[in-house]
Amino acid sequence: MPGFSPNELSSYLIIGAILFALGLFTVLTRRNAISVLMGVELILNSANINYVAFSHFGSGSADGQIYAIFVIMLAAAEAAVGLAIVLAIFQIFHSIDVEAAQTLKE
Amino acid sequence: MDHPIQTDTLRWIVFLPLLGAIINGLLGAVIQKRMGKRAISFLACAPVILAFLLSLQAFATLKGLDPEQRFLIDRLYTWISLGSLKVDMAFLVDPLSAVMILVVTGIGGLIHIYATGYMHEDKAYWRFFAYLNLFTAAMLTLVLGDNVLLMFVGWEGVGLCSYALIGFWYQDHNNARAGNKAFIVNRVGDFGFVLGMFLLFWSLDAQGHGTLTFREMAKWASTLQGQTLWGIGVVTLATLFLFIGATGKSAQIPLYVWLPDAMAGPTPVSALIHAATMVTAGVYMTARLNFFFSMAPETLHVIAWIGVLTALMAATIALTQYDIKKVLAYSTVSQLGYMFIGVGVGGYAAAIFHLMTHAFFKACLFLGAGSVIHAMHHEQDMRKMGGLRHHMPLTFWTFAISVLAIAGTPLTAGFFSKDEILWLAFSSPHGNKLIWLLAVVGAGMTAFYMFRQFFMVFFGECRADHHTQEHLHESPRAMTLPLVVLALGALFAGWIGLPAVFGGSQFAHWLEPVTGGHAEEHASHALELGLMAVSIAVAASGFFIAYLMYYRETLSPERFTHLAGGFFYRLFDRKYYLDEIYQAIFVNGTLLLARIGSLFDQYIIDGIVDGSAALTRFVSWINGLFDNYVIDGIVNAVANITFWIGNKFRRVQTGNINSYLYVVLIAVVLVILAKLRYWS
Repeated sequence: MPGFSPNELSSYLIIGAILFALGLFTVLTRRNAISVLMGVELILNSANINYVAFSHFGSGSADGQIYAIFVIMLAAAEAAVGLAIVLAIFQIFHSIDVEAAQTLKE
Repeated sequence: MDHPIQTDTLRWIVFLPLLGAIINGLLGAVIQKRMGKRAISFLACAPVILAFLLSLQAFATLKGLDPEQRFLIDRLYTWISLGSLKVDMAFLVDPLSAVMILVVTGIGGLIHIYATGYMHEDKAYWRFFAYLNLFTAAMLTLVLGDNVLLMFVGWEGVGLCSYALIGFWYQDHNNARAGNKAFIVNRVGDFGFVLGMFLLFWSLDAQGHGTLTFREMAKWASTLQGQTLWGIGVVTLATLFLFIGATGKSAQIPLYVWLPDAMAGPTPVSALIHAATMVTAGVYMTARLNFFFSMAPETLHVIAWIGVLTALMAATIALTQYDIKKVLAYSTVSQLGYMFIGVGVGGYAAAIFHLMTHAFFKACLFLGAGSVIHAMHHEQDMRKMGGLRHHMPLTFWTFAISVLAIAGTPLTAGFFSKDEILWLAFSSPHGNKLIWLLAVVGAGMTAFYMFRQFFMVFFGECRADHHTQEHLHESPRAMTLPLVVLALGALFAGWIGLPAVFGGSQFAHWLEPVTGGHAEEHASHALELGLMAVSIAVAASGFFIAYLMYYRETLSPERFTHLAGGFFYRLFDRKYYLDEIYQAIFVNGTLLLARIGSLFDQYIIDGIVDGSAALTRFVSWINGLFDNYVIDGIVNAVANITFWIGNKFRRVQTGNINSYLYVVLIAVVLVILAKLRYWS
């Protein structure tokens, strides 16, 4: 692919976009709650790639990279909370299928 | 005349009885229980006797002064100071009030002593003496007051105390009613007095001399000459108003009706109120303000006629009465009429002279009647008496002397004073022959009804029941002693006012600084002696008829009662139907007015109130409807719409996370596409 080199911003953005699409795909298609959480991780990490890339090729300051570290930390916290919810759902519905937890609508 | 002597003893003449009233009134019940009735008697009598001694002292002081200088003033403080109105709390003794305080404290004191015997069995002994002292204090305020307003205080005070004393035995409804009647009728007169007082002050003030003090008023009285109000002379109008006040207190037509009913009170009260003090207030007031009355010949004319009519009317009623006290009551009204004849013909001194002698013999008569009633176990009907002269000699003799005096027997007190008035009625420029004639006829009737009473009570067979006869007794010494003193007064008090033919009246001379000299024409002595003989003859014939009818019983009273088909007898016996007329016009009129007022209240006022309430209720009802349907409707509609919308949108929440995410994705894609398409 022409122009696809480690020295160009677009390469990283493309990788980030692919990763985002994969994550989104996972979240939308998987019914297993754990898989959904994994998809969310992918989306978050695609965002991280974008941060780091823009930080590297853009302003030159380290702000973006620091944001990436925040997002990683946030992802860890989100995973913890998400897993706790999954655990609670499992205790109530004896399943971790996200479509099983639809009682809110009625 | 402008520098009266200041003193500070006069106040005690008023304050001592007041103090007695306060002590007996507040602590009387305790004192009576702890220390007995003697202590009450002492507390009640001592202040009055002391006041009498003080009055004597004031009299002696006056006597030592020049006639023109005879004024003692005791000024306590300025009572009211308001614009041009300045009223002092001050007591004044001049020759006129000196006579009055001597009469009030002297005879009043004797009546106090008498009452200690008469009221001895009464449980509310202390209350009686508290009232009696208060009454004396009020009367002394009336006569000692240095201005019209202070006089009015005493004027009202005696009215109040008379109400309390007349209704003293209030357990009987009739007595309470009599007290009410006295008070209410007096209030009518008081209204006139107040109007007169205001009118005098107002018109004097208009002349720049606003004052209520007697001496100042006398000085400026002439400035009112020729002033008119509604086309009538101010002075005439004011004196007429004042005279209405006098008719109330002094029981003249048309306001005399309270006095006969006031006999419901204990007998010492009748003696005190109706002989010595309260009823003389009107005469005193006219004599005190004589400078105004003399300026209003029309008023004097009215007074003289009212006086003579009252004298005649009351005398005719007295002819037919059987109640021992009622006879005396009507006789009092009649004698007061004579005093007003005296005032009306300009003989103020003669009026005061008659007032004084009348105080002696009428007090003696009332107290003698009280002594009889006491002995007869409260029987007052003369038809059940008779022959009492053997049982109660002292009462008999004193009563006899007083009857002689009131009938005008020569050389007794009543003869001189009544004759003076008759003579003035004949000879004074204000008098006329008709008044004289009517007054002489009245004097004849007086002799008749007094001797009728005298013979019925003291002579003949005793008509009382057996039980009462056995217990007949002379009264205790506390009661007979005042009788003796008063009888002596009734005999000799007239000697200080001899007719001109016998050397002239010292009494009139004494009062001259206040009342002014008599406008007496020097008619011939022969005429005076002739008139005197006529009145003696008339009185003697009155005596003679009574003697024939009730002593010898050779002349039947029926021969007179059947005259004109009994018309006159019924008229007199029913007191000219005046009570019935007043009942029909004034009492029922007032009740009718009250009933109309009540109906007005019930239908109009209540209707307005009820109507406004109903209106308010209607408005609230409308308000309630508006709230219920409009305001609540809007609120409910908002809620319903919200609910409906919420219900519709509920479908969106499937609970399926994936579908949410699809929606988010599609939305984002759409936004991106839109951005690329339109805003790139």
